Amino acid sequence: MSRFSVAVGEAWKDRRRLLLSWFALPLSLVAALLLGAIMMLALGANPITGYNALIVGAFDGSYALGSTAVRAAPLLLVAVGICVAFRANVFNIGGEGQLAMGGLASSATALALPNLPSIELIPLVLLAGAAGGAAWGAIPGAFKAYFNVNEILSTIMLNLVAVQIMNWLLAGPMVDKTQNSTYGLIPETRLLPRASWLPILIPNTQLHLGVLIAVVVAVGVWVLIYRTSFGFRIQAVGLSRDASRYAGMPVKRTMTLAMTISGAMCGLAGALLVFGSISHRMVTDGSLTGFTGSDGFNGIVVALFGALNPLWTIISAFLFGGLLVGGDALQVATGVPADMVTALEGLVVVFVVSLEYMRRRSRTTSSPSRRSRARPTEPVAPAESLVTADERSDP
Amino acid sequence: MTTPAASPSREGVPLLQMMGITKRFPGVVANDRVDFDVRSGEIHTLFGENGAGKSTLMRVLYGLYRPDEGEIQVNGAKVAITSPADAIRRGIGMIHQHFMLVDTLSVAENVALGEKSQRGPLTDLGRVSERIRELADTYRLNVDPQAIIWQLSVGERQRVEIIKALYRNVSLLVLDEPTAVLTPREVDELFVVLRQMTEGGRGLVFISHKIHEVLDISDRITVLRAGRNVGTIQSSEASRARLVELMVGRAVALESQPSKGTGGEVRLSVKDLHVKGDRGIEAVRGLSLEVSAGEIVGIAGVSGNGQRELSEAIAGLRTPLSGSIRLGDAELSAANPADARAAGLAYVPEERMRDGVVPFFTVAQNLLLVENRSRDYSRLGFLRTRAIRRHCQELISAFDVRTPSLDTPARNLSGGNIQKLIMARELSGSPQVLLVAQPTRGIDVGATRYIHERLVVQRDDGTAVLIISEDLDEIMTICDRVLVMYEGTIIGSADPRVNTREEIGMLMAGVKSAVPPLAGEPATASP
Repeated sequence: MSRFSVAVGEAWKDRRRLLLSWFALPLSLVAALLLGAIMMLALGANPITGYNALIVGAFDGSYALGSTAVRAAPLLLVAVGICVAFRANVFNIGGEGQLAMGGLASSATALALPNLPSIELIPLVLLAGAAGGAAWGAIPGAFKAYFNVNEILSTIMLNLVAVQIMNWLLAGPMVDKTQNSTYGLIPETRLLPRASWLPILIPNTQLHLGVLIAVVVAVGVWVLIYRTSFGFRIQAVGLSRDASRYAGMPVKRTMTLAMTISGAMCGLAGALLVFGSISHRMVTDGSLTGFTGSDGFNGIVVALFGALNPLWTIISAFLFGGLLVGGDALQVATGVPADMVTALEGLVVVFVVSLEYMRRRSRTTSSPSRRSRARPTEPVAPAESLVTADERSDP
Repeated sequence: MTTPAASPSREGVPLLQMMGITKRFPGVVANDRVDFDVRSGEIHTLFGENGAGKSTLMRVLYGLYRPDEGEIQVNGAKVAITSPADAIRRGIGMIHQHFMLVDTLSVAENVALGEKSQRGPLTDLGRVSERIRELADTYRLNVDPQAIIWQLSVGERQRVEIIKALYRNVSLLVLDEPTAVLTPREVDELFVVLRQMTEGGRGLVFISHKIHEVLDISDRITVLRAGRNVGTIQSSEASRARLVELMVGRAVALESQPSKGTGGEVRLSVKDLHVKGDRGIEAVRGLSLEVSAGEIVGIAGVSGNGQRELSEAIAGLRTPLSGSIRLGDAELSAANPADARAAGLAYVPEERMRDGVVPFFTVAQNLLLVENRSRDYSRLGFLRTRAIRRHCQELISAFDVRTPSLDTPARNLSGGNIQKLIMARELSGSPQVLLVAQPTRGIDVGATRYIHERLVVQRDDGTAVLIISEDLDEIMTICDRVLVMYEGTIIGSADPRVNTREEIGMLMAGVKSAVPPLAGEPATASP
């Protein structure tokens, strides 16, 4: 058939496209690490020593791997939540607030039920965390679906509201009044009931049940999106509200539900932060990041690096968890502040997005007739949807 | 350029002369050696069906398109108009169908936009406002220079556009369907203003579908058909019949396939329906119609007479103001698309890339768009991949959808194959009523034929089929009964085996007495 010969004629361009699409993500990581090396040199440190320390700190030995996995678990859940919302073409920037609400709801549940056995209490607190986050995700979701309120603004605003609620609860109604401090009370809860602590799975590591839960949830969400009719509707609504409405789908409800699920994932991550912590309290320093460790934002990076696919996100979360854990080792070894890891993350995002842009440009300029001619499917581009989503909203 | 000396309708050098303009687009000749001229002090109307080439010709004039062949003369001098700014410099103005105004700015600010201020870098809104008031007084255009655009009605916005043109002192003004958005009263007011504008020696080009307006306002009328100028006539010598004849032309007789059985039960019944359009004007005004099992009813009409709003109301995409829509036993007047589908409606929409498919979804996913909840294709919420693929494979071979695979994104298919894909999906549920808007617009001949055959097969299977089309040939070929829609209502009905194309064309132009009502037709509401 002639259309296949056309495809052959474009093979060279296809190969370049393929290179860009499959290697965009590893390439951007390498590029970010190279720039990081230059930064280290500028700071008078040896990048080889630095990266060696980072890798050893994050991945060498069962204890390091366990710490990385524990650090990765909440990131993974947030990232999976971002994926769900993104498939419905909603951008959830409210992970921070949803984490906090999840943490608060789960802590309150644990404090209220101190005498339940683990087998009942742990599922309950996890559900409570998910419910808290779900509520905080449903609000901007419904506003977006029913009143066309920009979700980026509303989720960021709700982050600010959440931090105020958290500070008030942790310094007021939920504060540990038994602490003896001369400088006023630290905003933290009492020690949570021992039955609510997430059990350690491998002795002599930090690896707790939360890691397993996060991975199972990620796989579950992948199934939800790609193997159920509800997920099919989420995708349809995300790609074309008009066509979905015309086909009789409940567009607004689907969007709201996608944001609710997204919030639930973040809320569950918040519960892991509380019950997987070493202090086994919910603690804040008055800022959101004091509790979340910026996981609500880091999760977005993880999701992008995972091509907004829950399965790839598992690997991506582990890598970024490693970066965060290894960052401390890097600081010890070279004296470069661990914050450099944050800069690396930012660079990765910049590279992912710009490589994706290049890939798209090479495609649109190379085959102007692609709309009119049927061609075999091209390989699924990892971050393609990143750019296309913007274009879709603006026909 | 300033306003020419006041010498209305004196013979001499025309303001504008377009000679032998040809403009080709891939696969279409939009303008084929068109001659067109405008004299000082006249209103010259461009008349013709959609796609006849009116807009293309005016876009060439306004510098939006470069002609492939031909020459343009302004005041007798040959010019090459390279951009709208160039056109404006030469005294040519254009009022588009969609107004080019900034909603959040005032009238004076909009008028001043793009003009050099006399106070250098500072704005000069005081002087602009004063000039607007002068112009408004002279032409009796009631416009407040301080008003913000979004506060104004459509008619008022149009007056702002006219003020803008007057302020720039254009000698030639093109008005692209200016009456489409106006109430009859506003149309009368507009015509007074247009007449007055020509008194200073300006020339106006008026574009419209509405035949009575055209006869009302024009000095001369040029009719375009399929990209060609088929006649330029004095308005005094024109009649409705003559214009329709020129517009429609004589069609080649096409074979029609009449319905075998008649008198099936009524499946779709619309009574006294009123629906608002996007611009806030009532687009469907008291429309009634019935479609029975085993017949194809076609709605003919020039676009913009409420067809889109009617089809969206029936499909549950647009809530009617009043009236009733019954589909089988279900009342759908406050329905949503899901209810309409549950009642047995299948709908092939006009905007197929926007409403009909999700372009980034694969062929298989698009085929599943409607039935994703059906028990055949999902069990306990999980998609039954194997059953779905088997079903999709059957559909694409049954409907001859040419695609490399089920996993090809829909946007990679041709228009004809996308339409077949949509038909395959919509017909797979054996609908009671099938509503198809513009079944074959922009589709190649082979796919068109296939789609027509399919529609006839569906009718013979006992489905009630309603087709909305601007293509009169299509309607004449496949419909058993034709209803003509004009200004939001059914102005008359016709039988394609008895009535001629010209007679239906007259109805499309709003001439009611053209076709005597057929016996046994449902009563149609008058406009």
